[in-house]
Amino acid sequence: MTLKKLAALALTTTLAAAPAVADLVIPDLSYRTGPYAAGGTPFSDGYQDYFNLLNARDGGIGGEAVRIVECETGYNTEKGVECYESTKGEGALIYQPLSTGITYQLIPKATADQIPLHTMGYGRTSAAKGEVFNWVFNYPANYWDAASVMVNYLLGENGGSLDGKKIALVYHNSAYGKEPIRTLENLSAQHGFKLDLLAVDHPGQEQKSQWLQIRRSRPDYVLMWGWGVMNQVAVQEAANIGFPMENFIGNWWSGAEHDVTPAGAAANGYKSLNMNRINAELPVFADIKKHVHDAGNAAGDGSNIGKVLYTRGMYAAMLAAEGIANAQSIHGVSDITPAQLRDGMESLEITNARMEELGMGGVGPAFSVSCSDHGGNGLGIVQQWNAGEGKWVALTDYITPDDAVTQPLIDEDAAAFAAENNITPGCL
Amino acid sequence: MPTNVLYLIEVLANGLMAGVMYSLVALGFVLIFKASGIFNYAQGVMALFAALTLAGIMEGQVPFAHMINAVFGTKIHHFGWHVPALAAIAMTVLVMIAFAWAVQRFVFRHLVGQEPIILFMATIGLAYFLEGVGDLMWGSDIKTLALGLPQGGSRWLEDATAGWGGDDFYGFFIDKLDIVATGVAIVLVASLIAFSQYTKHGRAMRAVADDHQAALSVGISLNFIWILVWSLAGFVALVAGIMWGAKSGVQFSLSLIALKALPVLMLGGFTSIPGAIVGGLIIGMGEKLFEYTFGPMIGGATENWFAYVLALIVLVFRPQGLFGEKIIERV
Repeated sequence: MTLKKLAALALTTTLAAAPAVADLVIPDLSYRTGPYAAGGTPFSDGYQDYFNLLNARDGGIGGEAVRIVECETGYNTEKGVECYESTKGEGALIYQPLSTGITYQLIPKATADQIPLHTMGYGRTSAAKGEVFNWVFNYPANYWDAASVMVNYLLGENGGSLDGKKIALVYHNSAYGKEPIRTLENLSAQHGFKLDLLAVDHPGQEQKSQWLQIRRSRPDYVLMWGWGVMNQVAVQEAANIGFPMENFIGNWWSGAEHDVTPAGAAANGYKSLNMNRINAELPVFADIKKHVHDAGNAAGDGSNIGKVLYTRGMYAAMLAAEGIANAQSIHGVSDITPAQLRDGMESLEITNARMEELGMGGVGPAFSVSCSDHGGNGLGIVQQWNAGEGKWVALTDYITPDDAVTQPLIDEDAAAFAAENNITPGCL
Repeated sequence: MPTNVLYLIEVLANGLMAGVMYSLVALGFVLIFKASGIFNYAQGVMALFAALTLAGIMEGQVPFAHMINAVFGTKIHHFGWHVPALAAIAMTVLVMIAFAWAVQRFVFRHLVGQEPIILFMATIGLAYFLEGVGDLMWGSDIKTLALGLPQGGSRWLEDATAGWGGDDFYGFFIDKLDIVATGVAIVLVASLIAFSQYTKHGRAMRAVADDHQAALSVGISLNFIWILVWSLAGFVALVAGIMWGAKSGVQFSLSLIALKALPVLMLGGFTSIPGAIVGGLIIGMGEKLFEYTFGPMIGGATENWFAYVLALIVLVFRPQGLFGEKIIERV
C-alpha cells in the first residue's frame, strides 16, 4: 500500500470515527474504577442520567442536545489533567472533576482556556471569590462553610457554648483533608474549644493509631474529612473503641450509604453533613426511570438512583443545566460557548419554586450567584444513619455557616492567590 | 504503673496485631518468590479478587452481570439465593486454583527462562488485568462480608484492666478481629510449614525453590509445582482479603494493602515464611510506636513512610533482609 493510500485510509477512518457534531458538550471526569470508585460511580450515574433525561424528555436544553464525554480519572490527579486536556478540544462547556487534587491542577488551566469549572462543595474554597477566580464556581457550599456549619450545629447541641469542649478532626492527609483546618482553628479560638488534629494517610485502610489516640484523649466530638475507604474504616474503628456514634460527624463527602453499611448495626447513630437532601420519592427520579433507565440509557446499572451521591451528581447536573439555560437566555443563542456559560453561571438564581418545577423540590437550598460570590450561601443539613432501616434521616433543616469567620479567610486566601498569579481582581 | 507506660504497652500490643495483618499479605509474596523467583506484584489484587469472589458468591451475584445485560438486553443481577459462608469459601478456593492454573498456562509457561524483570513486568500486567476482571465480574460497589467475624474491643480485657494506672487509664484495647487474625495466621503458618516439611508435594516445592534444574532432573513437574504455589498464594490472598475486608468492606482499595506488605518483605526477606511473620511484627510495632511517640510532634500520619524507613535501614546493613537467604555471587 502506498503512502498516499495509507494517508487516505487514515483520514477516512478518522472522519468515520469522529463523533457526530453535538452542540452542548459536557465532559464527565468520572472514576468508576480504583479505590474511590464506590463514591465516583453513583455521582457520575446521577450526573449523566440527568443530562440524558433532558435529552430524552425535553430534547436537550433550549433545543440543543447534550453530548456527554466520559473520561475515567481513577481519582488520580495526573489522569484527571490528561482527561481535561483530551476533552477540552471537543468544545467542552464545563468541568466537574469531583476531586480537590484535580481541581487545584485545573484552576490555572481552565482559567487560561476560559472554560468554567464547577467544584460543588469541594476544591479550592477561596474560589468563592469570583473577582479573583473568574472561571471557577463552588456553589452551593464549600469546605469552610461545612466546618462552620458543623460547629454551629454543635453550638446548638450545647446550649450555644463549646467552651472547654474537646473536638478532634480526623482528616484525609491531602489537600482535600487539610482544607477545613484553618477555619476550625479560628472557630476554636472564637468558641473556646480545644482542637486535636489527626491525619490519616491515603487510602486510610489502617487507622488504628488515630483511634487509639482518640480513645486516650476522649474528645467530646470527632469531626471527619474523609473519602473512600477512609470513611468505612473510620466508622468501624469508632464503633470498635466504643466512641458514641452520635458524637461522630462526617462532612458531606463522608456521609453516603456505602460509608456506613460495611460496619452494619455498629454504624447506627453516625452523623454527617449533607448539602443535598435525599428523597427517594422525588418526581425527577420517576422521570429518570421512565425516560432513561427503562429506555436502556442508564449511565450505570440503575441501582444507585435516590442514593446520597447519585442525588448529588444529579443536583450538580441540574445546576449546570440551569446555568446553560440562563446563558442561552442572556445571549439569545442556544449553541452557547464556555464564556457565555460562565455568564450564565455568574448570574444564576436557584429558587425553591424552580426546584419544585424541576421535580427536585427541597434537594438544595435557594441561592444566587454573583461576580463577588461564586460560592452560594453555604447551607448544610445534619443527617443521621438509621442502621435498622438502612437509611439516612435528616435531623435538621439547613444550617447557616458563620460568614463572619469564613469570608475573611476567603478574602485573605484569594488575595494571596491573586498576588502569586499577578491577577487584578475584577468582574468580567 | 504510670498511665503512659500502660498506653505504650497498648500501642505495642496493637502494633503487633497490625503486624500480623501485614504478614498475612506478605506471606503470599514469599510463597511465590521462594518457589519461582517471581516478585508477584499482583498479590494485593489477588487478595481483592478473592474477597470480591467470596462476597459475590455469598450474595448469589451473577458474575459479569453488567456485561451480560449490556449484550443480551437482560436485567439479571442475582441468582436469588445466598450461599453459606463455608461453601462460598470452598468455591472461592476452587476459583483461585483455576486462576493459578490459568496464570501458569497462559502467562508463565510462555516466559520460562526469561529475566526476572520480565516476569515482574508480567505480574504488573496481571495485576491490572485481574483488577479489571474483578470489576467486570462483581462490580465496583462496596460489599459487606457477612462471615460473623467478631469486631470491636475486647470488653472483658478493658474491664479487667481499667484503672490500673489511675482513673485516666481506660483499660487495654485489643480488637477482637485482630485476635482472630493472629490465630488464623498462626494456623496458616503452621500448616504451610507442616505442608512443606512433611508432604510429598511440599518437599517437591522446597526442591524447586532450592534448584529448578536439580528438581527437574529427579522428575518433579515444575508446571504442577508452580500451579500449586500460585494456588497456595491464592488461598493466602483469600485469608488476607477476608481479614482486611472485614474492616472496611470488600472494595478496590483492598488491592493497596500490598503496599503494607512491601516493607515487611524488605525487612523479613523475600524467601522466608518466618521472616514474613517477624518482619510484619517489627514493622507493625515500629510504625505504631513511632506514630505514638513522634507523630503528634510532626503532624502525624507517619506510619506509611516510617515503615519504609525501617525497612531501608535493615536493607542497608542486610540486603537479603533479616531472614532471607544470603546472596552469594561467584565470579
